[in-house]
Amino acid sequence: MERAEREKAAGLSFPEEVASRLGGETIKLCYQCGTCASSCPVAKITPKFNPRELIKLSLLGERDEVISGDAIWLCCSCYNCQERCPQKVEIAEVIYALRNIAFEEGRIPQIYLEFASALLRDGRIIKVSKFVEKRRSTLGLPPLKPTGVEALTRILSATGFNKLYERREQK
Amino acid sequence: MKRYALFLGCTIPARQPNYELSARKALTKLGIELVDLAETTCCAPPPIRSIDLETSLAVAAYNICLAEEAGLDLVTLCSGCFESLSAANNMLKGNEHLKKRINRVLSEVGKEFLGSRRVKHYLQVLVEDVGIERLKRKVSRSLSGLRAAAFYGCHALRPSGLLGLDDPERPRILDDLIEALGAESVEYRNKLKCCGGLLRGYSDELALDLAREKIINASKAGADCIVTLCPFCFVALDMGQLQMRSRYKEAYDMPILHYSELLCLALGVDPEELAVQTHKVKIDKVLDKVL
Repeated sequence: MERAEREKAAGLSFPEEVASRLGGETIKLCYQCGTCASSCPVAKITPKFNPRELIKLSLLGERDEVISGDAIWLCCSCYNCQERCPQKVEIAEVIYALRNIAFEEGRIPQIYLEFASALLRDGRIIKVSKFVEKRRSTLGLPPLKPTGVEALTRILSATGFNKLYERREQK
Repeated sequence: MKRYALFLGCTIPARQPNYELSARKALTKLGIELVDLAETTCCAPPPIRSIDLETSLAVAAYNICLAEEAGLDLVTLCSGCFESLSAANNMLKGNEHLKKRINRVLSEVGKEFLGSRRVKHYLQVLVEDVGIERLKRKVSRSLSGLRAAAFYGCHALRPSGLLGLDDPERPRILDDLIEALGAESVEYRNKLKCCGGLLRGYSDELALDLAREKIINASKAGADCIVTLCPFCFVALDMGQLQMRSRYKEAYDMPILHYSELLCLALGVDPEELAVQTHKVKIDKVLDKVL
């Protein structure tokens, strides 16, 4: 059973579920002051994203709305909110924890899957083309050393990333 | 001569070898030796962190292990790599429980994270190992008369508790490094606001709105160029201007330079050696002013 499903089955409330995960530990410290929202460059230009609102919905247990919504993917990861939070809620990390839950449930933007697939294949999230690699010597750059893609594959299978990713690919 | 393991990451070798070129030239000229490590991988930045935080920490720690084994500190040219590696490094150094958890994963590849090395952004190397005063003395082509808008982006500065590069609200490092070359660092509105780079590919419209604001604010302040320290900020603002032209039907012509390119110019490097033709927005205006 996936971790998110296990936690649901164990009857954990959504705030507890988030707080029990890597990155989500500080969510319950939020007292809704809104410093995050007023520091957020994305919230200034779209009503679709507001970090205070996202934390509030999570604390109220609105799991489906949070996990299946667009908002968690609109954080630009600038860390302004986290830097300024008077309660030391690690907001950007909490959003990563929410994304991790969403991913386990099969929700992930296509672009992220493309990065993951390049990572698994080449050890880099963006492939270095043969053309660019050849051009290095013309520019006077040393040849690229090989990536540690084999070690990476073993790390990704130890953390379960491989399995999670394969499941997504099949969906 | 101080030696560092150069961590290139993905974007720079794949898309911006010209950035790597200028950084290698400048650092070498200033007496910094760069060592290329074999078997490195992607640093596991936000897109991978979004999938699984534990994986991204383990991958970052694996790369730091390679530097530990080589007995070298790491230097990055990319703020994304800097943040992934430096944050993981300091997080694991300060959390024994998490370190054990990650080391259990790393034991699968025969590695153990010790926490014995530092991860630096190359601007820190310039300030700490070369020094502003020595850098000033090395300038052979002063950039006086050039008005440059320093752009820090996000991941060199924040989360500041784990990165410690500079004050996250009032940073000076890039301004000081620009002024060391004789140029003027101009103040502009919302200087510290994000370029929107990480939203590219998911919400291009929001990403462009954020980037456009930077271009407009720097233009209004009378800047001749924007100076970046990260390949993602560079793309968001340089390539971004082409996309802005078609999306907003407005003409933008703000040259974007990597700090290392500006540094090379000040150190007397011929621009022909820097492959600057790869910039989407031509930098001729800047070259005319400084050459």
